[in-house]
This record gives sequence, C-alpha cells and structure tokens, in this order.
Amino acid sequence: MNNFLGTDTLIEVTYLIATALFILSLKWLSSPATARRGVFAGEAGMALAVGGTLLHRGIIDYKLIAIGLVVGTIIGIPLGKVQMTAVPQRTALSHAFGALCVTLVGTAEFYLRAPNIAPFMMAVLAMEVILGSLTFTGSLMAAGKLQEVLPQRPITYKGQNFVNLAMLGLAVAIAVILVIHPENTRLFPAMIIIPLVFGVMLVVPIGGADMPTVISLLNSYAGLSAAAMGFVLNSKLLIIAGALDGSSGFILSVIMSKAMNRSFTNVLFGGFGQIQTAAAGAKEAPPVRSATPEEAAGILAAANKVVIVPGYGMAVAQAQHKVRELYDSLAKRGVDVTFGIHPVAGRMPGHMNVLLAEADIPYDKLLEMDQVNGDLAQTDVALIIGANDVTNPAARTDPNSPIYGMPILDVDRARTVMVIKRSMAAGFAGIDNPLYYLDRTLMLFGDAKNFVSSIVRELTGGHGG
Amino acid sequence: MKLDLLTGLYVFMLAAFIGFEVIRRVSPLLHTPLMSLTNALDAIAVVGAIILAGEHKSNLAAILGTIAIVAATSNVVGGFIITDRMLKMFKSSGPKK
Repeated sequence: MNNFLGTDTLIEVTYLIATALFILSLKWLSSPATARRGVFAGEAGMALAVGGTLLHRGIIDYKLIAIGLVVGTIIGIPLGKVQMTAVPQRTALSHAFGALCVTLVGTAEFYLRAPNIAPFMMAVLAMEVILGSLTFTGSLMAAGKLQEVLPQRPITYKGQNFVNLAMLGLAVAIAVILVIHPENTRLFPAMIIIPLVFGVMLVVPIGGADMPTVISLLNSYAGLSAAAMGFVLNSKLLIIAGALDGSSGFILSVIMSKAMNRSFTNVLFGGFGQIQTAAAGAKEAPPVRSATPEEAAGILAAANKVVIVPGYGMAVAQAQHKVRELYDSLAKRGVDVTFGIHPVAGRMPGHMNVLLAEADIPYDKLLEMDQVNGDLAQTDVALIIGANDVTNPAARTDPNSPIYGMPILDVDRARTVMVIKRSMAAGFAGIDNPLYYLDRTLMLFGDAKNFVSSIVRELTGGHGG
Repeated sequence: MKLDLLTGLYVFMLAAFIGFEVIRRVSPLLHTPLMSLTNALDAIAVVGAIILAGEHKSNLAAILGTIAIVAATSNVVGGFIITDRMLKMFKSSGPKK
C-alpha cells in the first residue's frame, strides 16, 4: 500500500465515515420519530463505501461489477416491495442472500490463496464459509416454511440430534485439518457441502411457532460470518458491520427465547412436535360458551377498556385492516382500546407491530407484554384474534404443560375474554388452552376477518351509521 | 499480520459492545425494521465481492465475486426499500388534545 497512497487513504476515509453512519443509523432506529433518518444514514454510508471501493486501484474489470450491481438491483427492488404479511419470509431470504455472498467470497479467497494460508487466516476463513453455508440453506428452509412451500410442522426422526451434531463435528474437524495443512485443497468442498446439508437438517425439525427465535439466530450467524469475512479481507468496516448485525441478531434471539422460556439449544434441538404427542390427553373436552357477532358487539360497546391481543392467525386471515375499523368504531364510542403484543406473536420479532402499523393503528397504542399485564385486571374485555399459546394460562398454572414457565399475556384476568378462532382445534404447538373453558370466556367461531367485520357492522349499524 | 489480527479483534470487540448498547435501546415496536436494516447494512460485504470481481485474479474468483455482488446488492436495495416502507407506516396518534 505504498504507491497511490492518496487513493488508498481516500478509500479508508470513506470506510471510516460509512462506519460512523452505520452506527448512527442503528442509534436513530431506537425511536419511531428518528428511525427514517436512520435509514437515510445507512443508505448514505453504503453509497460512500461502495463508491470508495470502486476507486480501488486493483480493479481492472468494471464490466462484471456493473453487471452484478444492475442484476442485484433488479432482484432487490421487488424484494423490497413485498406485502407486509410476507416480511418474515423476505427477511429469511435476505439472510440467505447475505450468507451466500459471504460463502462465495470465502470460497474464492481460499482458492486464490491456497496453499499459503497462515493458520489464523485459515481458521477465520473456515468460520466464514461454515457459518455462511449453514446460514444459507437454513435460511432458505426457513423462508420455504414461512412461504408454506415446505411443510410447517416440525419433521423429527430418531437420532436427529446425533446426526446433526455429528455433521457439525465433521465440518469442524475438516476445518482443523485445513488449518494445520492448508495444502489439502481437496478437503475444502466438503467443508462447504457438509454445513449446507447441516443447515437444512437444523431447520427441518423447527415448527412455525419457533420461527421468531430461529430467524433471529440465523440473523446473528449471517452477521458473524460477515465479521469473519472482515478478518479474512482485513476490512475493519466489514468487521464492524458484521459485529453490529451479529449482536443485533443475538439480542433478538435472547429476547425471543426468554419470551418462550426456552434456551437456544431447546429451540434448535427440542422440536415442539415431540412434546405435543405426550401432552395430548384422552380426557373429554369440557363445554365452551360461544357468542354471535351481535352479542360480541354489544359487550364491546358496553366496555370502557378493551385490550386486543393479535397473533399469527390475524396475519394469516389478513384481518389487520378490519381490526383497524373495529378500533376506530370503538374509539369513536369512547372505548379505550389498546393492543397487547407478545414478543413472539407472529413469525418474526415485531411482526404484529408492522402489520398493525400498516393498518394505520397509532404505534402508541401497541403495548408490550409487561405494560399490558399490569392493566389487564382493570380491563373489561380482552379480545384475542388468532393468538393461542401466548395467552395460555397453563403456562402459569400447569407444571406439566410443555409451555410451563413461558411469560404470557394474562388475558384470563380481564372481566370478559373473547377469542376469535376457526374451531376448537389445538393451536400450532398442539397444546390445549384451558382459557377457552373459563366461565368468563366467550368463543367467537369463524374466520378472523369475517368475524371482525361482522362486529364492526353491528357497531356502526347500531349507532345509526 | 499479527498486528492486523489483534487490531481486528479489538475492532470486533468494540463494535460488538457498541452494537449491544445501541440495539438494546431499540423499541420492540421496531424489531422487524431493525432486522431488515441490519440486514441491509450487513450487505456491505458487497465491497469484498466488488474487489474480487474487479481484480479478476482468476475466472473462478471473478464468477463467484459477480454472483456475490448480485446477492449482496439485492439485500442492500431490497433491505433499504422495505425498511423505509415499514417505518413510514409507524404513526403516532398525534397531537390530539
């Protein structure tokens, strides 16, 4: 780096500014009021860094770069314009793309440098491609499950954990051999293929309800693999961006697993599917009380305070806009309506907030679990739309329940509980919910969207339009 | 080389601490945009891919580099667009009374 010192310094300065902008970008994201400025800072940093890189004196061929940038943009625009309900699978897909980029660069660097690779360099390179390739296929699997091209139920078989651990162990063993003897280039493809298979196997046993944790974990892996790539390329910008992404994913996974009272290992190796067979008892279901839209509308209209608890079912039924109409008509009658959002409601962190914000519900009405739980005892009606396990009181009371200990929204403390549900079939985790058999609970059977619009019709009709 | 490694580790450690402190403050309200934004920022890996494709040291490197540019660029473009779209939707109930 001695000739053209000017250009090199200039490039490093663009990276330095880009790094500062990235950190500011995340800082501004902390509040909805400044968040959009954060996106702008991120874009500016990205543009600077890419612009600086194009000045790199080793670049002799701009044609391929141009092709890559153009094709990437063509693919990226539709990926940025997907429907809000498709955001979880889009996010999983983007983790896959990020990991793909890292893996490909790592592979190319290996073949350019072999066999003269210093042990530390080989170790980070191995970490880069192992994490990258398992994140690539794992995220593709997650995206497939979320898009429902793949079966959402967990698929488990005997000895699954043993097979998975053996594969991971094998990949690490190959990495160790390559660190000591980097001239064994024939081993390198195996170090990519085994983690690729491992990524698939890792996500196969994971059910839809665990997706928020898994997506966060894959997010973290994608970040760490990018940081490893930063070590390989000796790029501080990449190390920092990777560390930021990695810690973000890690924080989110910790929040998600805490919200389910489960450890990472339990999410990754537990598989909700196995537990549910043990939990399904043969006892007769007690009777439930159900209500019509008219009755539900009457109770809601008479209430002072209503808490709405949305879940994945609301997203599936695309009911968020009808929920907004319900919110409007109740607010017009002077009813205090808030939303209780469980951290793992939906299929990714913050999923419900985005859907409700899309339906134009003010974000100061979207409350976190702790805020809502204090209020629920003074709440007249808790209306549950497409949520199940996050409201299950068995998590508090029944030590035999698979979800025992999981923090829940204490909707059973409200004076009246109304549950919109298609039928009495058990929820995603296959766990029976004693909430439905309480005296104060009314079951509203039907499609979430249709039922909510019937209630809205009753409310607006009864009010003289 | 040794020095580079140590400097790199320092940088990584400091960035991880900053990440923890900054991201801990992000409201759960914005966890989805947080994920799409960090994803877009993470796609800064595109700079490595650009150099790989541009230096054209071998055909393999150039091809892998170009595919990597495509993957990362689609994350940059898609990630920023969707994050901004999501954030635009978050509105406060405003200054009524």
